[in-house]
Amino acid sequence: MRDEVAKLGVMRDRLSDLPIRFEAVDYCVASLAILSGVTFDICPGEPTLLLGPNGSGKTTLLKLGMELLRPSAGRLTFAGREAGALSRSAIVFQKPAMLRRSVAANISFALAAAGRSANPNVVEHLLDQVGLAGFEHRPARRLSGGEQQRLALARALARDPEVLFLDEPTASLDPAGTKGVEDIIVRIANAGVKIVMATHDLGQARRLGGDVVFLVAGRIIERAPSPDFFVSPATDAARRFLAGDLVI
Amino acid sequence: MEPAGPLDLLLSADANLVAIVQLSLAITLSATFFAALLGMPLGAFAALVRFPGREAAVVVLNAFMGLPPVVVGLCVYLLLSRSGPLGQLGLLFTPTAMVIAQTVLISPIVAALTRQVIEDLWAEYCDEFNAMRVGPVARVAALLWDARFSLVTILLAGFGRAAAEVGAVIIVGGNIDGYTRVMTTTIALETSKGNLPLAVSLGLVLIALVMTINALAWSIRRWSEKHAG
Repeated sequence: MRDEVAKLGVMRDRLSDLPIRFEAVDYCVASLAILSGVTFDICPGEPTLLLGPNGSGKTTLLKLGMELLRPSAGRLTFAGREAGALSRSAIVFQKPAMLRRSVAANISFALAAAGRSANPNVVEHLLDQVGLAGFEHRPARRLSGGEQQRLALARALARDPEVLFLDEPTASLDPAGTKGVEDIIVRIANAGVKIVMATHDLGQARRLGGDVVFLVAGRIIERAPSPDFFVSPATDAARRFLAGDLVI
Repeated sequence: MEPAGPLDLLLSADANLVAIVQLSLAITLSATFFAALLGMPLGAFAALVRFPGREAAVVVLNAFMGLPPVVVGLCVYLLLSRSGPLGQLGLLFTPTAMVIAQTVLISPIVAALTRQVIEDLWAEYCDEFNAMRVGPVARVAALLWDARFSLVTILLAGFGRAAAEVGAVIIVGGNIDGYTRVMTTTIALETSKGNLPLAVSLGLVLIALVMTINALAWSIRRWSEKHAG
């Protein structure tokens, strides 16, 4: 996918942000600890899935990685550089906000924000990548939930990301919508974009593979390759979570 | 010969009536234009910039939406009177003074409603814009553009308020026949004189104007929902 974009002459040479390294990162709001002592690396390769119950800190972890939040304590580096240097990441939120414009104008805005030319061919190409070809002139807010999520993915791709953070992008979609979004995510991952995705959907985590980071109450409880995590979880909390017990 | 009725005056496009309506529209449209110039940037600033005392400023701005027109008229009168700080300009009892009074009256309305619209939109867009690394100028431009239909509705609300106002313009304009006499002041005067046909016909024009404005606002909203989402 990125090769195809490169053919359109829009790829830029930039420094890599990977690995993104969390070292003993805490994040607190007032006296409430949202994340505590988080240490792990986001490396190139297969998708990294942040798994855990609601309130476990998945979204906060994504926002830290995207530099939308700053750690209260600990260190966060991007390919060894301090925070503030990040330029090749994008994020898709659980409920993305659509600009009050057409589908094409939403993409053009994202391209302009990324310092790229809003060439109609690029817009068309990005929409084609997410299965929204022909939707250019539709009002973005009138799309279905699944279509809006795909448009949000196209907007994220407009940044030509090296890392794509996804915050439960299929949480409010039906099975057909979920499959459509998952297929796009797989294609993006296969094109070499590092996917870091928060989910509490076990089936989705199994389908997308990669490695699993299991969080409970703001702490990383376990990290393992997806097959290992689902077949032989190392911790009692993970076993209970996989068994469908309530883990808080 | 019987005096002309309200409908006769309207249908015959009475010259006096037309002049009054034209002056009213010119003053109110000018005031709306200046209120937009002042109020929209002020509202956007209050919505997007955090500064000490912002909450108090927002409360004051909201409270000023209900400014009594006669008090505004009195303040502008004191400002423009011979002994006032701007007395040298000789603007009192001129259409310009009426424009100033109406601008003062509706600017807080435009600013307060703009602040609310932009703030609500910013709350919605904030995470996306931060994630896209949208710069400050592009943010403001995008917010104003995406709120354009609401902002037009706000201007129409300001226009409606100014068009229907009588207290301020009668104080600073003086209701001079053929010079500063507008629809609302004429209605008040002619009613007190018992010349009801002219008062009623002007009332009908004013109501028609307000209804047209509201129909326009409704149409813009519907169009925007259909085309911009």
